[in-house]
Amino acid sequence: MNISINSLHKAFESRIRLGIMSALAVNDMLDFNSLKEFLDVTDGNLASHIKGLEKEKFIGVKKSFVGKKPNTKYFMTKKGKTAFDDHLKALERLIKSQK
Amino acid sequence: MKEEQDYIRNLADIRSMMERSSKFLSLSGWAGIMAGVYALAGAWIAWKVFDFNPAETVYNVESETFPAALGNLVFLALLILILSLSTAVFLSIKRAEKKGENVWNPIAKRLLINLAVPLVAGGLLILILIGKGLIGLIAPCTLLFYGLALYNASKFTYEEVRTLGLIQVALGIISAWFVDYALLFWALGFGVVHIIYGIYMHYRYER
Repeated sequence: MNISINSLHKAFESRIRLGIMSALAVNDMLDFNSLKEFLDVTDGNLASHIKGLEKEKFIGVKKSFVGKKPNTKYFMTKKGKTAFDDHLKALERLIKSQK
Repeated sequence: MKEEQDYIRNLADIRSMMERSSKFLSLSGWAGIMAGVYALAGAWIAWKVFDFNPAETVYNVESETFPAALGNLVFLALLILILSLSTAVFLSIKRAEKKGENVWNPIAKRLLINLAVPLVAGGLLILILIGKGLIGLIAPCTLLFYGLALYNASKFTYEEVRTLGLIQVALGIISAWFVDYALLFWALGFGVVHIIYGIYMHYRYER
């Protein structure tokens, strides 16, 4: 029963973090505002969750300039992709094992 | 320990976020229905009022013997295009507002670019066809390139758009063979198929 409960990564417990990872899983890169719009959260809230995922090295940051405006884009790292895939598999296994 | 329900909801959340962040889901079925209605009206006007008959014009290579109504036909086709596009944009904006989303996002941009590449290529080819007097091939080309554009853009919106695109491509190819019936195929593709698609999408996603 609890074979895979440990493989549910702590970083993905938050709904918002899971949302960020889901969006980045299907987009090469997303900027802050797009993420904010998809998730419907405040700036501060999103920033803190992004920082958390960055610390785990699950997402990376690419900074550039559009004209004079700084433009920050986020992408999923290899490590993040592996962790996210494992998380999905673990979820599926848990659902199957309870049937 | 979490319940099975939670895991299922978790997966559903992930799925919905992946869809919302990679697909443009504000297209309205009504846009398809209205585009179909405009196209049918346009085809009827071309046939009845302008007396357009592709069978007589297909081998008309001499530029002096252009059908007199050609200018009118091009104008009519552009009018249908503009009407259809503005209806689609207007309805998408309304639908996005209803869902509390912003219609102009990176996905909308990607969708438009993927639509535009085949459409612009087709448009240029059609201009060349007009210049060379190959009038009969215009209608098949509009179907063909429109279908390719839809097929190309379908990965950024509802998966049904892919089928719609394939149907238009098939109709375009068939009508290039049966050029005499090109206007009929055009009315079928842009008119009838759009309306059926629109009704299907409306019932499937908007109720």
